[in-house]
Amino acid sequence: MAREIYQAIVDGILVGGVYALMAVGLTLIFGVLDIINIAQGIMVILGAYLSYELAARFHIDLFLGLLVTVPAMFVIGVVIQWAFIRPLHGRERTSMTLLVSYAVALIIEGILYEIFGADDRQLNASYVISSVHVFGFYLSYIYLYGFALAIALVAALYFLLYRTGFGRSVRATMQDQTAARLVGININRVAAITYGIGVAVTAAGGMVFGATNGFNPNSGYDLISRLLAIVILGGLGSIGGALVASVFMITLESIVDIWQPTWAVAVFYAALVLVLLIRPTGFFGRKAVRAQ
Amino acid sequence: MSEPKGAVPTGLTSEERARREGGASRAPGGERGKQSLRLVGLVALLAVAVAFPAIFPNPVVTNYAVYAMMFVAIASAWNIFSGFSGYISLGHAVFFGSGAYALGVAARDWHVTGTAVFALMPLSAVVGALIAVPFGVIALRVRRHTFIVITIAVFFIFQLMAFNFSFTGGSTGLDAPFLPWSPQTYNNPFYYIALGCAVGAIVLAWLIRRSRFGLQLRAIKDDEDRARGLGVHAMRVKLSALVLSAAVTALVGAVWFFYLTQVQPQTGFDPLFDLLVVLMAFLGGLGTVAGPVLGALIIEPGQLYLTANTNGYISEILLGGLFLVAVLLVPRGIIPTGGEYIRRLATRGRAAIPEGVPASQRAPASPGLRSDAGATKEGDASKGAWRRAGETLP
Repeated sequence: MAREIYQAIVDGILVGGVYALMAVGLTLIFGVLDIINIAQGIMVILGAYLSYELAARFHIDLFLGLLVTVPAMFVIGVVIQWAFIRPLHGRERTSMTLLVSYAVALIIEGILYEIFGADDRQLNASYVISSVHVFGFYLSYIYLYGFALAIALVAALYFLLYRTGFGRSVRATMQDQTAARLVGININRVAAITYGIGVAVTAAGGMVFGATNGFNPNSGYDLISRLLAIVILGGLGSIGGALVASVFMITLESIVDIWQPTWAVAVFYAALVLVLLIRPTGFFGRKAVRAQ
Repeated sequence: MSEPKGAVPTGLTSEERARREGGASRAPGGERGKQSLRLVGLVALLAVAVAFPAIFPNPVVTNYAVYAMMFVAIASAWNIFSGFSGYISLGHAVFFGSGAYALGVAARDWHVTGTAVFALMPLSAVVGALIAVPFGVIALRVRRHTFIVITIAVFFIFQLMAFNFSFTGGSTGLDAPFLPWSPQTYNNPFYYIALGCAVGAIVLAWLIRRSRFGLQLRAIKDDEDRARGLGVHAMRVKLSALVLSAAVTALVGAVWFFYLTQVQPQTGFDPLFDLLVVLMAFLGGLGTVAGPVLGALIIEPGQLYLTANTNGYISEILLGGLFLVAVLLVPRGIIPTGGEYIRRLATRGRAAIPEGVPASQRAPASPGLRSDAGATKEGDASKGAWRRAGETLP
């Protein structure tokens, strides 16, 4: 039994790393644009389908394919932000942006259904099926590679945010939009690029997700509800919080999964509700900076 | 990205706002005439609604009408909580589905059959209200985005429970007791029940909107902390609105269950349901009484038509597109935007409130200034607004 728990913890950390990647995108978008991007879930699935197409049609390796899918998703993100999110202003903006991203999610889901149908797909490669035996644990290579990829990308994001001029303007915008504008930061540009980056990381997340899970166009709902629970638990807008919360939640889920497979997902939401009862701002959330 | 605080409450209709700000002046006689005109209009609308199945006996048409009426009721109920208080709920399917399931379980376990099941309907409303209490106590502690996400999370928990508990029938769901009605007129009783729900929900919304309770809700929408400072028991007010809203939604859920004769986890707890209801309220005009009604009357038949006449995925894409168009083109909703347009037409060539000046900067909005001017009548105030618009008095 103890062995199963250890295995669950190791799995949880590895999968949690991948979720962290997707959640960081979501929380970054929230921090800068002050919107919840409901479309994040379906974007992950879109990323998975893109990888699938590249692998199936052009026989491009999944990891190599990211060189195409990540920039593609970045462009999609920037276009969506520019066309649908930038024009929204006023006091109902919170709810309207939510609706808009929901609508975008619906449209993407419909298109994916139209093209690929409702069948489950899974990404395939030699490292998806083979596994390695380390310290008595069986670990699939894809989990290890995926985790390494997630670590690398999150580290790159950290570098971008904390060591570059652009990162400084992103953080300034997250702290105080008006002040950022006053010191000459081009808010619209920062918002568009941030949205693009937040969406672009889903290409990587989607690839790993698609290699470790079966997916269909409907999988976006399950993903977005988990991601939302993670970013709220970590504290909206907190990148470190998203990392901690994803590993915590996914590990918790995989431990519960040993005894209660059907209710493992419910634990997810129950943990969220419990944490919010004690700390309404999540683990690392600041006191609502932009109170309504 | 939020607007300056201290603006005149946006929860007000354009008309109310005009009255408060001393904009276009109206003689009391004209007001009364207008009111009776409006009453006549409403009675005529109600008469058309009541006569509808007689005018269009085609079951296909009445089928649309039944759904439209159910969604009028739900959108109005949603608006009572979310529209008035500003807390956007994306979890009303929780109440809708629970209402349906409560009735299905009760009818099955207590062996109620035939038309007697309609006597169980209040039970659904009670269940909806009871679920709303813990829901609200947990979710209403947080605001804005976090609140919305919590409602989504609760929604998924309920869907999961419907799938996995044994008493809900799992993924096959529940069947409603058989109703021995002829297919030709099957829709008609449901139409009247749904119409009753719709009228009830509209009247409830209208009563709340004019009441002290409604004013407190809208104060919370404008600035919750300030409302609390002024002595509004925010939690109590929000929770009461949520409970009322949930009860009506659950009741309609029960009607829907009878009408469809079955409920499954993915139809009773449907993410698209939440989205549609919010879209209806937004398209019509959030926080107005007529807005959600209009939105439901436009969207629900449209959605049914699309689903019936295209394959499901195309209708999903079109629905998403409609969504984007609605939010981008009429962000404030048809009723407020249309009302303003009509008012602008009506006041053309006469003194009108200058567009684009924030309400808080218009002097008559402040009670202090109004008392300074002594016994200023509304007509004088409108002259004042005129002068400030940069024109000279005649």
